[in-house]
Amino acid sequence: MTHAHADDHGAHRPSLWNPARWLFSTNHKDIGTMYLVFAIIAGLVGGTLSGIIRAELAHPGITFITQLPWIHDVDAAKHFYDATVTYHGLIMIFFMVMPAMIGGFGNWFVPLMIGAPDMAFPRMNNISFWLLPVSFTLAMISFIVPGAGEHAGFGGGWTLYPPLSTNWGAGTAYHDGPAMDFLILSLHIAGASSILGAINFITTIFNMRAPGMTMHRMPLFVWSVLVTAWLLVLSLPVLAGALTMLLTDRNFHTNFFNPAGGGDPVMYQHLFWFFGHPEVYILILPGFGMISQIVSTFSRKPVFGYLGMAYAMVAIGFIGFLVWAHHMYTVGMGLDLEAYFIAATMVIAVPTGIKIFSWIATMWGGSLDFKVPMLWAIGFIFLFTVGGVTGVVLANSGIDTSLHDTYYVVAHFHYVLSLGAVFAIFAGFYYWIPKMSGYRYNGFLAGLHFWVMFVGVNIIFFPQHFLGLQGMPRRYVDYPAPFEHWNYISTVGYMITAVGVLIFLVTLVEMFIVRRKAGANPWGEGATTLEWTLSSPPPFHQFNELPVIKPETHH
Amino acid sequence: MAHGDVKHDYHLVNPSPWPVTGSIGALFLTVGAVIMMHGIPHEDDNFFLGKGHWPLFLIGAVILVFTCIGWWLDVIKESRAGDHTPVVDIGLRYGMILFIASEVMFFVAWFWMFFELAIYHYHRADWVVPTWDAAQTAAWAHWPPPHVETFDPFHLPLMNTLILLLSGTTVTWAHHALQQNDRRGAAFGLLLTVLLGMTFTYIQFGVEYPEAGFAFGNVFSGAHQVTTANVYGASFFMATGFHGAHVIIGTIFLAVCLLRLLAGQFTPTKHFGLEAAAWYWHFVDVVWLFLFTFVYVTPYLTMQGH
Repeated sequence: MTHAHADDHGAHRPSLWNPARWLFSTNHKDIGTMYLVFAIIAGLVGGTLSGIIRAELAHPGITFITQLPWIHDVDAAKHFYDATVTYHGLIMIFFMVMPAMIGGFGNWFVPLMIGAPDMAFPRMNNISFWLLPVSFTLAMISFIVPGAGEHAGFGGGWTLYPPLSTNWGAGTAYHDGPAMDFLILSLHIAGASSILGAINFITTIFNMRAPGMTMHRMPLFVWSVLVTAWLLVLSLPVLAGALTMLLTDRNFHTNFFNPAGGGDPVMYQHLFWFFGHPEVYILILPGFGMISQIVSTFSRKPVFGYLGMAYAMVAIGFIGFLVWAHHMYTVGMGLDLEAYFIAATMVIAVPTGIKIFSWIATMWGGSLDFKVPMLWAIGFIFLFTVGGVTGVVLANSGIDTSLHDTYYVVAHFHYVLSLGAVFAIFAGFYYWIPKMSGYRYNGFLAGLHFWVMFVGVNIIFFPQHFLGLQGMPRRYVDYPAPFEHWNYISTVGYMITAVGVLIFLVTLVEMFIVRRKAGANPWGEGATTLEWTLSSPPPFHQFNELPVIKPETHH
Repeated sequence: MAHGDVKHDYHLVNPSPWPVTGSIGALFLTVGAVIMMHGIPHEDDNFFLGKGHWPLFLIGAVILVFTCIGWWLDVIKESRAGDHTPVVDIGLRYGMILFIASEVMFFVAWFWMFFELAIYHYHRADWVVPTWDAAQTAAWAHWPPPHVETFDPFHLPLMNTLILLLSGTTVTWAHHALQQNDRRGAAFGLLLTVLLGMTFTYIQFGVEYPEAGFAFGNVFSGAHQVTTANVYGASFFMATGFHGAHVIIGTIFLAVCLLRLLAGQFTPTKHFGLEAAAWYWHFVDVVWLFLFTFVYVTPYLTMQGH
């Protein structure tokens, strides 16, 4: 194991205020930083959209959106609500979670953890990033140009199902405006960005591990990014195909999804979910990796069942390709197919269970230190388990037939994503920000952020289980009065969460103003991975002399 | 690298403008594409935003082409400067293999669509579609669908199959010749490959497509629909068309390799550009064999009236 370089090459580090450093970057840490900043900005935009949703749903009737200055009638309000839901989902998935986890933490820490000086393709790394603002711009253009008639934006949900996403007619049953075309190309560009990034990660991990860093000695975060990258390479092109079919159906009057020409709208759903299901593992697997590092660090123990943890992620990734139609139980696929997809889906609970129990076993008998990242990690394990359990419920087509497209599903995927993936992101952020910035944050503020957010998100989403079980459908601007009670509480939860986000921003600003030096390793002997052997922040180009990993090194 | 104390063989690339210019090109290209296809409502007279107007698309395309040229010239410069050490060379191989893997998955989408049609077309005979009469509905019990006259696969498509297979051998010839330092043989093999690729493209797009007995999409005159296409045509043209686009890309890739060979940039041991082009060409070749078997031959064998 090498020690922190005495000469950290600080002199070679270009100025923060030099635009060329960022625009023309070929440095994995700078590109990772850009990804993180981008993700924070996109997260604030997506979070604002969810605020509009919760404000509207606080009371029955269409009361909030109609007050917005650019909304002139109830139809416009309905469409604006649908569009808000759609763009909230797309922004959070493609422009917040993926850039933060894979682009941000992946770029920063995969090379550091395997002892590599940079990524395999540093210049391609930069176009992976810069395509994202382009994609985001296209999505924002899409939000404001006409979608259905004169109504702006696409309002058909993030899954973009035809016939809503086609232009076979006028009115709000179709989207005849250019908004949908912009959205299709936005996702094409985001997909290209992710495919290039994934190729970069796989090549880096296969080809640039330091001497002695065998695959079975890689930190679990690196394993998680490796599996994620494979899912991206193999699933995103299928989405690109489906989106291209939508594009030609819209603009060249082909009949891929138009029954009048023998086309089949259900085929879109198959193609979409063949991408979409791996996508949900893409969103959570890097989080699994981060949680493994953090739980191990703050238990001062190697992670329990390292190989089982690594191959559980491989298994989740593999089976993740075989379960897509459990999102489509209501299309009438027939009982035999449903039975297969139920069984395959339930099987995923096995490797996922391995992960949950191994995290608990890692803590068992450990020297536990409840620092802020550990709070988020334990919060993650609890909340992700809640979301996982409702996932097992929904895996059964019999019960899903009545719960499909209800708030039960909304609660489920927000427990695994907005409470799972996002908690993992914050865990990783508070774990690694001292390494990335060189500064320690205010522990009280960061802890407050955790507790406010933990309370807030649970108040938002736990009541949505009740609403769903009572039959409240998702993606509706209005609801009958009996649903008001839990909806109002859910909106209160949003306000608490918004305060939590504010505390996060304050914590961030405070950290950069006060500038407490972090030192190479603020977490002590539990932090054993290679990034803690470097200075904080690490030198602009690290590992000019490659570290040598000895067999006894644990993960 | 500039740093004297670097003790590894990895390639730390210098800062580069191309990712940003490429992204700007992509923005113009995509916005321009929507405007060409769809236009922004109420902006029909706007030079940049009116439906069918091409300036933004063209700007994007020009920026992208310049970016590609600049980027790859830099890669060639770096390679010749010795930055592509053996370990970097292995990385380039991983990168190309993964890129081809993602391309394979792109074709999976089109084949999936096609196989759903080919295998489950008879479900459509049970559909209730307002614009279908009884005969039209019943006809979906057969494959290919009604009013589709497929190509005779043992005519031009077989010829194209042989052309592509032959080009697969000529590119291998070129590669082996280069390994033996037979530069004349390598150049000749590559030239033949490029010519065969261009012949394929001409036959597919220039001769075969205009004679198709089925349409790509519905054709409208104003709001009035004048011809009716079906999903067979959409599936056929998109699958074979994307393959054709890949043939063109592969031909350009090989042509660039030919120029680099003539410029003396390849050695018998170091010529990854040529190998990557050959891998890509073989991938395109294999996709064609699947297209020929399933998209050309099998529907022809079951075509109604045969």
